[in-house]
Amino acid sequence: MLSIKNLHVSVGDKPILKGINLEIKAGEIHAIMGPNGSGKSTLSHILSGKAGYTVTEGSVTYQGKDLLEMAPEIRAREGVFLAFQYPVEIPGVSNIYLLKAALNSIRKHHGQSEVDAMDFLTLVKGKVRLLEMDEKFLYRAVNEGFSGGEKKRNEILQMAILEPKLCILDETDSGLDIDALKIVSEGVNSLRSSERSFVMVTHYQRLLDYIKPDFVHVLAKGQIVKSGGAELALELEEKGYSWLEDNQAAA
Amino acid sequence: MSASAQEINNLINQEYKQGFVTELETDTFPPGLDESVIHRLSKIKNEPEFMLEYRLKAFRHWQTMKSPEWAFVNFSPIDYQSISYYSAPKRKEDGPKSLDEIDPQVLEAYKKLGIPLDEQERLAGIAVDAVFDSVSVATTFKGKLKDAGVIFCPISEALREHPELIKEYLGSVVPHTDNYFAALNAAVFTDGSFVYIPKGVRCPMELSTYFRINAANTGQFERTLIIADEGSHVSYLEGCTAPMRDENQLHAAVVELIAMKDAVIKYSTVQNWYPGDKNGLGGIYNFVTKRADCRGDNSKVSWTQVETGSAITWKYPSCILTGDNAIGEFYSVALTNNYQQADTGTKMIHIGKNTSSTIVSKGISAGKAQNTYRGLVKVLKSAENARNYTQCDSLLVGDKCGAHTFPYIEVKQPSAQIEHEATTSKISEDQLFFCQQRGLSAEDAVSMIVNGFCKEVFKELPMEFAVEAQALLGLSLEGSVG
Repeated sequence: MLSIKNLHVSVGDKPILKGINLEIKAGEIHAIMGPNGSGKSTLSHILSGKAGYTVTEGSVTYQGKDLLEMAPEIRAREGVFLAFQYPVEIPGVSNIYLLKAALNSIRKHHGQSEVDAMDFLTLVKGKVRLLEMDEKFLYRAVNEGFSGGEKKRNEILQMAILEPKLCILDETDSGLDIDALKIVSEGVNSLRSSERSFVMVTHYQRLLDYIKPDFVHVLAKGQIVKSGGAELALELEEKGYSWLEDNQAAA
Repeated sequence: MSASAQEINNLINQEYKQGFVTELETDTFPPGLDESVIHRLSKIKNEPEFMLEYRLKAFRHWQTMKSPEWAFVNFSPIDYQSISYYSAPKRKEDGPKSLDEIDPQVLEAYKKLGIPLDEQERLAGIAVDAVFDSVSVATTFKGKLKDAGVIFCPISEALREHPELIKEYLGSVVPHTDNYFAALNAAVFTDGSFVYIPKGVRCPMELSTYFRINAANTGQFERTLIIADEGSHVSYLEGCTAPMRDENQLHAAVVELIAMKDAVIKYSTVQNWYPGDKNGLGGIYNFVTKRADCRGDNSKVSWTQVETGSAITWKYPSCILTGDNAIGEFYSVALTNNYQQADTGTKMIHIGKNTSSTIVSKGISAGKAQNTYRGLVKVLKSAENARNYTQCDSLLVGDKCGAHTFPYIEVKQPSAQIEHEATTSKISEDQLFFCQQRGLSAEDAVSMIVNGFCKEVFKELPMEFAVEAQALLGLSLEGSVG
């Protein structure tokens, strides 16, 4: 599904990612962990097409196509979804309006007709129940006046409705209390399928208690310094990141 | 990649859809303005003597005045002798009796604009007065309105048919000495709409006027007068377009509204005059005086405007709250793009007791445009317990445009309560990226964000207009993100 080869990314003159290699197959869940400033968010931004980064070397192939060549909205329509670390507020635009506009732009891209209003409402209300949200959220302006947890849940709601193929969760657990974390995780788990892959960027191990990854990668100073199974996360929880960074420095 | 700040600036490059010219045989005065032109104008309109005197009085006063310079707009002086003051499609002596007698080219022009004048084709519930250059070419549903006692006709017709109403009310809200453009209008106004709603009548349908400038080198000077008698209710809509031309054209209108005791007037405008090209060449100078007098107790006037067109807009729809408990409202969206300039806002003059006013202004600037809100809230000593709430928000698209706010507040009554809120924001790259990451194009994202910003105003518009206004905003911003 996604193949990252020797990816080097800079912001201005400053190199952030220094040769990332990563293969993600359909149905897999990969967790990207690492200390602050290791380049985790840069990786999620570069995959989703945010401006301000320069790829100096390497390639990213998504479903056989050059992902880096695609405009962000094309990536979205092709099934790349970023659940934002800091979801933005859009005053005056209701959640349901955004959802419908987004869904229709994706459908149009795939040559489908606009979604029927009643079908759409049924779909949305089902997902709202799944995420234990209040239907009132649909009619409130996008993220305006939402609590941190509500914003994150709203991201997962969008993901559930748009049904992407590659879901990138950027620090989705930050700012969530334990109940919200459970609900968000259940939402994510309900979307797991053999055709859908996840990249979970997280600082802490606790999200992985609820969403079990197939692979864990540790990112430090712009490189993947260690990869392993779910048990690696537990080891990190115990030992912290410094031993890996020290190893890297020694190497 | 996603839209950067620079690319946002490129989003605004779209063709003006109403820019076509209709080829017609016209009766057009040669350019120039002196008393003989006013004599001719009054004669061609077959006006009563008092009107000619009124015009001449206004003209003589205008000659003593200077073009105002206080607005935050920039333009070369207008040569008033190079403008033609009358242009009308050629027609039979008495004017058209039915649609069959109107030049088919004119009908076609309105059809192209989406305003079919054939009553059968019109959405039920809206009567239209179509003003083409200097004359009203058709007014629909006149019969049905007449049954309800409502008078809705071209003002030139009202001058002949209802001189007593004109004599009493014309110039009673905006006197001919009011300001430079109002004085000019009083001297040379050609047509516009006249509405009279009798006591206790709720106007059975929305009334609307569609103004179209077609001829080159002409000015459009329309005059609208709406009188809502005691306990009556009317909703009036106005729309405007013009062809694309390289020269600037002047549109200096005067609108007067009079609301008697318990009367309600809702006045909505979607102004889409040609704004000039993307280099700032051409476009309409929209210098308009609009004012309402809430003369009776418990009367209410609500102005809603969506201004997307014109090279320069200079316009302050105002309310004089004379009656006790009178209510004045002003909801405005003003969008400027490329080199457009807008200096717009309102005046709320509180005279009666317990009068209240609400001002919600949304200014959007894109390209290299300048957008100014200018408002006055004045509470006289007599206006005990007056209240005002003002909310004034500006949205910037790109980094080469400007937003300015000049709120004036004068309060002479200690019991008054005045609130003023103002914000300035920019469409952030994060907002755009978020929307794009959900599959929306940058253009759709900007349009959606801008529409969200304007929501409070759009909800005040009649349904049909709200849809049109939203589409218009989208179009006006097309091309502003690369």
